[in-house]
Amino acid sequence: MEPVSEVSGRAIPFGRKNIDTDIIIPAHWLKTISREGLGRGAFQALREDPANIFDQEEFKGAPILIAGDNFGCGSSREHAAWALLDMGIKAVIAPSFSDIFSGNAFKNGILTVVLPQEQVDRLLEVARTDPINIDLTTQTVTTPFQDRFAFEIDPFRKHCLLNGLDEVGLTLSRDEAIAGYETMQAAQMPWFAKGTGLAA
Amino acid sequence: MASRPRTLYEKIWDAHVVEDRDDGTSILYIDRHLVHEVTSPQAFEALRLSGRKVRRPELTLAVPDHNLPTTPRLDSAGHRLPIADPESAQQLAALERNAPEFGIRYISATDAQQGIVHVVGPEQAFSLPGATIVCGDSHTACHGGIGALAFGIGTSEVEHVLATQTLLLKQSKTMEIVVDGDLTPGVTPKDLILHIIGVIGTAGGTGHVIEYRGKVFEEMSIEGRLTVCNMSIEGGARAGLIAPDEKTFAYLKGRPYAPKGSDWDEALAWWKTLHSDKGATFDKSVRINAADIQPTVTWGTSPEDVVPIGGVVPAPESFSDPSKQDAARASLDYMGLEPGQKLAEVEVQNIFIGSCTNSRIEDLRAAAAVLKGRKKANNVKWAIVVPGSGLVKRQAEEEGLDKIFIEAGLEWREPGCSACLGMNPDKVPAGERCVSTSNRNFVGRQGPGSRTHLVSPAMAAAAAVTGHLTDVRELME
Repeated sequence: MEPVSEVSGRAIPFGRKNIDTDIIIPAHWLKTISREGLGRGAFQALREDPANIFDQEEFKGAPILIAGDNFGCGSSREHAAWALLDMGIKAVIAPSFSDIFSGNAFKNGILTVVLPQEQVDRLLEVARTDPINIDLTTQTVTTPFQDRFAFEIDPFRKHCLLNGLDEVGLTLSRDEAIAGYETMQAAQMPWFAKGTGLAA
Repeated sequence: MASRPRTLYEKIWDAHVVEDRDDGTSILYIDRHLVHEVTSPQAFEALRLSGRKVRRPELTLAVPDHNLPTTPRLDSAGHRLPIADPESAQQLAALERNAPEFGIRYISATDAQQGIVHVVGPEQAFSLPGATIVCGDSHTACHGGIGALAFGIGTSEVEHVLATQTLLLKQSKTMEIVVDGDLTPGVTPKDLILHIIGVIGTAGGTGHVIEYRGKVFEEMSIEGRLTVCNMSIEGGARAGLIAPDEKTFAYLKGRPYAPKGSDWDEALAWWKTLHSDKGATFDKSVRINAADIQPTVTWGTSPEDVVPIGGVVPAPESFSDPSKQDAARASLDYMGLEPGQKLAEVEVQNIFIGSCTNSRIEDLRAAAAVLKGRKKANNVKWAIVVPGSGLVKRQAEEEGLDKIFIEAGLEWREPGCSACLGMNPDKVPAGERCVSTSNRNFVGRQGPGSRTHLVSPAMAAAAAVTGHLTDVRELME
């Protein structure tokens, strides 16, 4: 994962609530065995409308998406995060996110910024004409008009994003603790430890 | 020393913590991992690229379900038929290659045990009470019906579990949904969970694990509990739980991966402690009276858009939240419905009985009970019944349910996810309605332009008979 400290540029003022992952990337795009190229399928149904915001010249390749409440609800498909990445999106700002989507986004280096609705509304207005800056180090979103909004982020996620850390590698470094748990479980809960071996 | 009263969720969580970290996250051990063909190829590829192995292959079970056509899989000579769609075939081939390469037990597309992962897990007793269970699929919440802490994960987490058998997680908040009283005749676990989602909304459970409590769940069958927990994610909760009890133990005993001998006795002793303690507190609490619930149907494009079958399509202005008003207008436009229209007068062209929510034997029995001796209406062009697994299919055929469906004019198919999400050829044509026992009525979910009404299996059967959304109680004796 590439380190992320700042995301700056145009933001797509999308703003809709309850955007599910079927809207972000429809199921037939899930047949791929790769993570690449899913941007072409992103928001496909919405993009059939020639006036859609995603294909307006000024928002093409914009690194930020501004959405409404409960963004990314529904299916656990990580393809939603991959599709956004492939469109060039590196951060999403919304009043709330679904749990699974925000985890998937984080694991792909996409910053999810939670701000209150009135601040999101202000950014939706600014984004029509001007760029937005997100600084992860100081945890602030700023505009060219002196708007300055602070946001919270889980310290672990912040650390991983700033340093581009691979979570699997981090956990594997705790091998001793995991092996210790496995020894305990094999003794105390052997039925869990046997797994598919139970049907041998 | 008396310990603090704990919820069921907290007990399972505590039993699986490998290590609490300073940043507020924990390394949680994962007991069971289900893998299917759609969300795993990139995870296996990442393992290969980094030279990593699967840490505990015996704790993972792989089975294809999403892409498989539900038409016959073997020709008359018993040879396997190829999958026509090259991308689906490629995804299936990847799983068939990855499972043996990494030493994982694999149930193939033509095995009798093949089925939807969330049907197969409990059916094989691979899923057990008190276990932590994950799968790259949001309906993993389903396995909470047997008292497991089960939740959906993304592909990066699939890779993490394969490599480490753990996940890095922050403990969730807890939410209890207490349903007292009795469900009335014709009202099923599906109607109950649709009603619950209508009450809490699709984000109502975000950040929480739901525990379903109260008399209704105690009296509910295991299959009903699986249906309820399955749709927890539609209420925003990553997991839903029901405390295991004698019914759970009787359901699991003797199944292929269930503990045997002294293992069973030890497991049982622990499982019996898995309930929320008296005095345990929840962060959120919702109470619902079972008697208030009617057979329920969705009218819009979000699972929270529910009304009793006797109701009408709501007017967008009836919602207080302006953004919900806009969403309702867009939904009605997409669904081709008018405010004030009676749901029971809405004509339908397609019927889908299946999915991880409602494809178990009790679901098929409920649908067959309505269809017995009846025929589907002429305006219903396409009606399919897709059993949740090969074993469900076999059981249904032993009971003669397949004949009832076929005589009523419905198609009897091979197991898989099918028209729930239309990754295989089972899709609903644009602009047409489908009365579906699945879990999501999102825009385009069952095919581009498809219009979905979510219902129980009995209600889907009733709609097949009349050709319009119907209160199943009118067809019951």
